[in-house]
Amino acid sequence: MSETHAHSAAYVRREMLPQEAPPALETGAVKWLRENLFSSWLNGILTVVSLAFIWLVLSSILPWVVQGIWNAESLSECREIRDQLYGEGHEVACWAVLGDRWRQLLFGFYPPEHYWRVVLALVVFLAAIAPVLFESLPRKMLILTPLAPFIIFFLLWGGTIWGPLAVLLGFVIGWAIFTYGSPVVGNLGGTVLAILVPILYWLFIAGPIASGLGAILPIGLEFVASDEFGGFMLSFVIGIAGIVLSLPIGIFLALGRQSDLFIINKFSVIFIEVIRGVPLIVWLFTASLLLNYFLPPGTNFDLMLRVIIMVTLFSSAYIAEVIRGGLAALPRGQYEGADSLGLDYWQSMRLIILPQALKISIPGIVSTFIGLFKDTTLVVFIGLLDPIGFSNAIRASTEWNGIYWELFIFIGLCFFVCCFGMSRYSQYLERKLRTDHR
Amino acid sequence: MSDLHTDTVDREIDRSQMKVSDEIAIEIVGMNKWYGTFHVLRDINLTVNRGERIVICGPSGSGKSTLIRCINALEEHQKGSITVDGTLLSNDLKNIDKIRSEVGMCFQHFNLFPHLTILENCTLAPIWVRKTPKREAEETAMYFLEKVKIPDQANKYPGQLSGGQQQRVAIARSLCMRPRIMLFDEPTSALDPEMIKEVLDTMIQLAEEGMTMLCVTHEMGFARQVANRVIFMADGQIVEQNEPEEFFTNPQSDRTKQFLSQILGH
Ligand SMILES: Nc1ncnc2c1ncn2[C@@H]1O[C@H](COP(=O)(O)OP(=O)(O)OP(=O)(O)O)[C@@H](O)[C@H]1O
Ligand SMILES: [Mg+2]
Repeated sequence: MSETHAHSAAYVRREMLPQEAPPALETGAVKWLRENLFSSWLNGILTVVSLAFIWLVLSSILPWVVQGIWNAESLSECREIRDQLYGEGHEVACWAVLGDRWRQLLFGFYPPEHYWRVVLALVVFLAAIAPVLFESLPRKMLILTPLAPFIIFFLLWGGTIWGPLAVLLGFVIGWAIFTYGSPVVGNLGGTVLAILVPILYWLFIAGPIASGLGAILPIGLEFVASDEFGGFMLSFVIGIAGIVLSLPIGIFLALGRQSDLFIINKFSVIFIEVIRGVPLIVWLFTASLLLNYFLPPGTNFDLMLRVIIMVTLFSSAYIAEVIRGGLAALPRGQYEGADSLGLDYWQSMRLIILPQALKISIPGIVSTFIGLFKDTTLVVFIGLLDPIGFSNAIRASTEWNGIYWELFIFIGLCFFVCCFGMSRYSQYLERKLRTDHR
Repeated sequence: MSDLHTDTVDREIDRSQMKVSDEIAIEIVGMNKWYGTFHVLRDINLTVNRGERIVICGPSGSGKSTLIRCINALEEHQKGSITVDGTLLSNDLKNIDKIRSEVGMCFQHFNLFPHLTILENCTLAPIWVRKTPKREAEETAMYFLEKVKIPDQANKYPGQLSGGQQQRVAIARSLCMRPRIMLFDEPTSALDPEMIKEVLDTMIQLAEEGMTMLCVTHEMGFARQVANRVIFMADGQIVEQNEPEEFFTNPQSDRTKQFLSQILGH
């Protein structure tokens, strides 16, 4: 016993204890192992079994991956090299197929001398989306964003530059009517005119203008038809167009479903339920086979465009339901708070309700997007050559007949990188927007 | 529940500005409201002059909230008329938005916007509804935040503030629209006692500056000190109204007597 008076109730410490290092068991790796992997007997056994399992899987897959052969012209050549190197019966991957066919997997039948257009389109897309995704980037970059769809369209399909410009002019007309016309004819009239006039313009005036100007001033890129699109480029074009278009449509459908206006409400409900209730593959077949019957004869509507429309509508129905959940999760007080300040419907939606509802819905929205992106592989069934389609085509060739895993692993990896990126971004966004301090 | 005799502020209340003018701020004539088949408000007649401070009390479910929510059209009424600041409440959305921008309202649960900072909460409506330049709106917001004594919290989010602070922000947010009438629906009933005092202080200050106020509250100390009229509601009707002194010391109807004896714990 030290100087403390153990026998009496009163206690005074005379000597302060110096700081000591914690016992070795409790620090660093040993502590972590103890707490996380071997905290009990059962846990310890599970850890050992899991490790054994992981080792088993990796030890059979890793050599196959790492020892894979990169330089060969065909599967049979691959096998010869393998037999020389590792002896017969030792399976290794034949990555040479990727080196031989990566162009098709990425670009489809797009003319190789124009690959730069696709790459440039991707760069434009990334530059346009970056300021939307990351607020810290300079706001001036946003100027590119509304123009990007036209630039990308022009780069990918080519043709005369006057086509996209004539279409763009329609939006400018609509915007001008809305800003300068609304004060004159009122808000509702302005909105109706701002929608109606551009549509009439696109239907009857834009075409002649574009071809007229194209005849006088033939500026443009070589035209590439949609049939030549394929591989990941096709998946990207369909997936990105679907994602970008389905979010706004989904928002309007969700608001429509909440609306008190009978027609709008019923239209939204029926649209959502019908689109959601039928498998995507059926809609894709509809797009490829039936849509031509409904369109006026003579209009040969691009198949890819039809697919984009279907995919967009399909995912917008899901987005609408996800956002409706977010809207329903907001307390009524938020609507009342906005109303009591005199904000009108669109202001309160835009400034108060949607920012919060969308924030709640981020995980659902992103998983719908991921689903949409992966579902673009379904277009293989209507004859479009997406990566899966190409893997079939490659396998059908004499050189690569019999190759499976290498192609699927590559395709899977590419999809995984994109989807994982979206998922990480959604987590980043959720963290950034967390202001409620619950 | 505070007692009739506890004062909410210790200082002398300045009644010099609390003048009631002859001008009519709110006029409700023969107003009725139903929720489905349930008759919530029955034949309400009420005239509020500019500068009046009115306290509305009554048992739970008597329709107090519904009444003041009808005044800024958060609820629709089916019969009778409501005129606010000379504008007749009709189904015209323009009228409704105009009235709402003239009438401030504070709720029991504050209803601040959690995704915006305190400052943004206060500048939002001036910027979008009144089209005030951002700079000016921020100056106004800081002026009113100072008035409710929380200028240093301007860049925080509502979730980081105490209940009392949030309610004072809600008051400041309404004031930023420079309303001519303020409605309060039980602004203190979700708060702890010390916080009740700071919110009531703010409300008293408003009254001293001559704001027209309609408060649903059970703070009888506040009613006695500030109100110039107390309205007692039961079963969707106005049962009794009187000056506070008279109302508390000499209630006329049995319902009022019963209510007062419950609330004051006699
Ligand atoms: N949206 C609604 N639909 C149907 N009935 C309602 C609705 N809101 C309120 N009521 C009913 O109307 C009556 C009056 O409600 P109100 O909220 O005005 O009461 P109150 O006097 O404010 O009560 P409290 O003191 O509890 O807040 C209550 O009986 C309530 O049940
Ligand atoms: Mg109430």
